[in-house]
Parts: sequence; C-alpha cells; structure tokens
Amino acid sequence: MTILETRPVIARPQNGSLIEQFEHGLDAPICLTWELTYACNLACAHCLSSSGRRDPNELTTEQAEAVIDELQRMQVFYVNIGGGEPTIRPDFWHLLQYAVDHNVGVKFSTNGVRINPEKAALLASTDYVDVQISLDGATAEVNDYVRGPGSYDTAITALKNLQDAGFKDAKISVVVTRQNVLQLDEFKALADQYGATLRLTRMRPSGRGADVWDELHPLPEQQRVLFDWLVANGENVLTGDSFFHLAAFGESLPGLNLCGAGRVVCLIDPVGDVYACPFAIHDNFLAGNILADGGFQRVWQNSELFNELRSPQTGGACTKCEFFDSCRGGCMAAKFFTGLPLDGPDPECVQGYGETALAGDRTIPAQSQDHSRTTPGRNQPVMLTLTRREDLTAPPVSACAENPLAGFTL
Amino acid sequence: MSGMLDESWRLSPSVELRPEPFGALAYHFGNRKLTFLKRPELVALVRGLGEHPDVRSAMVAAGIPEAQWAAFESALQGLADTDMIRPDENHQGVPA
Repeated sequence: MTILETRPVIARPQNGSLIEQFEHGLDAPICLTWELTYACNLACAHCLSSSGRRDPNELTTEQAEAVIDELQRMQVFYVNIGGGEPTIRPDFWHLLQYAVDHNVGVKFSTNGVRINPEKAALLASTDYVDVQISLDGATAEVNDYVRGPGSYDTAITALKNLQDAGFKDAKISVVVTRQNVLQLDEFKALADQYGATLRLTRMRPSGRGADVWDELHPLPEQQRVLFDWLVANGENVLTGDSFFHLAAFGESLPGLNLCGAGRVVCLIDPVGDVYACPFAIHDNFLAGNILADGGFQRVWQNSELFNELRSPQTGGACTKCEFFDSCRGGCMAAKFFTGLPLDGPDPECVQGYGETALAGDRTIPAQSQDHSRTTPGRNQPVMLTLTRREDLTAPPVSACAENPLAGFTL
Repeated sequence: MSGMLDESWRLSPSVELRPEPFGALAYHFGNRKLTFLKRPELVALVRGLGEHPDVRSAMVAAGIPEAQWAAFESALQGLADTDMIRPDENHQGVPA
C-alpha cells in the first residue's frame, strides 16, 4: 500500500476505444461503492464484507461529509452506498440528504429493515436517490436459507412500503446462487409486482462468501441457464456488468465486459480504506486510506496499486484461449479468493478451464479483516436442510411402541 | 439529416462535463445518463456551442477541419438524442 508522490503519466492510445481508455483509468471513478458501516442486523452467509459489528474507527459524520465534499469536487456524480446495513447508521438519512444537496446522487443497498412507510415517503420525495433491496431468493425458503430467518419478509415489506409511497423504480438486487438460479422468472415477476427493476449480480467468494462459495456458486450447467436467461431478458434487467465471465459463451452481454477494478471502479470502506473493488476487501487490494493518505483523490490518482492495475495486464495462460478477448480472464476477486493465480482462468470459466484450475494445488487466502459477530445472533442463517434418513421407510415411533424384536433379523 | 450546422444548440442545463485524459465524461442529472466524449475536439465543440449562434461557427472555433464536420455532426446528433445538448431557444428565429 503505497501512495506515489506524483501522479504517474500513463501513455494512452490516441483515439482508442472507450474500453482501451477505461483500461488506462479515469481521473475519478464512475462506479464508486462506499460501505458506510460494517454493522448489520443480518448475518448473511455469503456477506462479501464479512459484516456484523460496527468498526470503532468508522468515519464520523464530519469525516463522511468531507468525503462527499471531495466527491463533489471530483465530479463523481453518484455513489453506491452499502455496508453492512447502511441505514442503521444514525446519521444515514442526514448523509443521504447531504450527498444529494452536493450533486452526488445516491443509490443505496439495504436489506429493508429501516424502510418503514415514513422513510419510504421521504425517499419518494427525494430526487437522485435509488434504493436497492437485497433479496437472494424469490421465496422465503430460498432467501432465508442464506440471509437468515425473517429477512424475506423484511425485504418484501420494504418493497411494499416503497410502492405504497409512490417511490418509482426501486431495484431488487439478487446474488445469483445455485439455489435461486432457477427462480429468475419468479424474481422478474416479483419486480414487476412491486414496480421495481430486477438487478442480478454474481456470487463472489469474497468475505464470508469464501466459506460458502463451494455450496452456493452456480454449477457449470447453471451458468448456461443464467447466460441464456440474460440473453433473452437482459434488456430489462440490470447486472452491474458483473457477468462478463459469461461472455466466453460466445455472445457478449450488454455492458463493458471489463474488469474495472482500480480503473473505473473502487470501494471506500467504513474506516476510509480504499480498495480496488467492492469484492476485493483484502490487504492485497488496499490502495490507501483517505484519512491517512491525504484524501480520496490522492489515493485514486497516486496509489501504486491502482497505477499497476491501469498498466497493461498479462493474461497468462488465458491469452491462448480463443475467447480471451471476450472475457479478459474474468474476475480478479473470484480468482484471488479461490486461491487461483490472477493471470489464469476465472474459477467459473465457462470454457471449463476453471474447474481444472480448482482441482489443482491452491491455497485459499486468509481474510485480512472480519467484522462478523463473534456470537450468533437470532437472525443468523443456519445452512442446514432437514431430511429423513434414507434407510427409514416409516416415521419413527416411541421406543416402547416398538416390538422388542424390531430390527433383529436372523 | 442536414441542417444541424445552421442551427443553434447548447449544452443542456442539467448536464455537467467532467474532464478526462481522453476527453470528457458527460452526466445528465435529469435522466441520469452517462456519456463519454472521446475526443478533446468534441469537448471543445460541445463547450463552445452556447457561445456561438450556430453549430458551424462553433466547429470553426473548435478548430475542426471541414472534412470532419459530418462526423462531428453525427456525434452531436447522438448527444441530442439523450438531451445532453438541446436547441438554443434564445438564438432560434434570429436572422442569420
């Protein structure tokens, strides 16, 4: 984590395509995620920021306002606010208004816990605010399995409150998993029902997601289902460009099809640490700290790490693949957190190179931060499914109702 | 389509331009559309639109060779389609 004294001059192509220009980085990000707090009322099994407990060094209200002031100066026109659960910060609604008043539009992600009728009405009356409700199952059964008991009802109540208040076009944000990938039509119907837009993103093995990725990430044949669904329905669905690894099926999906980490994308975490992307909260991708290193602009423009990411990358073995130009080797965070080399295939490479790589020698890196609660809360998901023993053909009965010779065979 | 050259246009009031190494990023606060102006000359042209009575004189002022006017005009057309630039009412109807 080094901040260079002066901003390096990057040789960029004259009249290059937009993608080429993006690869060399921008003066300010176009997709900035800002996690306001690590505190969360839920404890989702796949939380990519391992959230739960508030960090004692969380930015104060004044420090957060200073971040917004700087974003306004840098002309970062909107910011994606998340967490943790951002709305449980007592100053959340103040910061939301402060950002909007300073020409920084806000899209915030929430599990819906604080979106009561009163707040829904407030949101409906505010311009430049988008609300994104997280939902990882189209039914309570599938959602609550990973997000915890009651979380489906919370999200649906929030969507209903927003709709009743006249809030237009909320987003339903879904992490596509092995369990919900067959519910895509149902998600779309839910979105239609609440006047919302569906947003699908990729399951990343980041944070606590590393612990459950093997069980949750879509199977190879499901990747194809997802791809076909996106091709058929992509027009009306947002994806945050997160499925560019699927481009290697041969047909590009709408969007940039580019890893934007440190180039057009980054993350500011609750204590002011700046990471290359929201899915890469790890020391290896830490560019600097806005308090310690002289502000966000200096970190964005002068960080040694970000300047490396903006210089030509080697695609390693992937460059030999005929689809390299489509997927560009996939997602850096997905590779890193599954212990794969960054210049090799994505773990979910749809040409099958990922499975080969996963079968080889690899060490999953230790997390460099963890804000998970140390004792289980009442909302903590328990990822167990109750089933019957396959060798039992009849319901169990009490011991005294059994024939003393039960189970005894000659 | 012809005729944009003789018309008066300007940057929409709800649009801000952010300078970038290759040109600029245009953001529309109303429809929240994001567009990239990939050439510094296009940025100069768009910024200059409001200061000139018609697109033709803005092209000249931005130093764009006449041979490229058609290409830049179609770029402007694209910006007009998303309301990044809009017809300048104040100049319309003014005799040339």
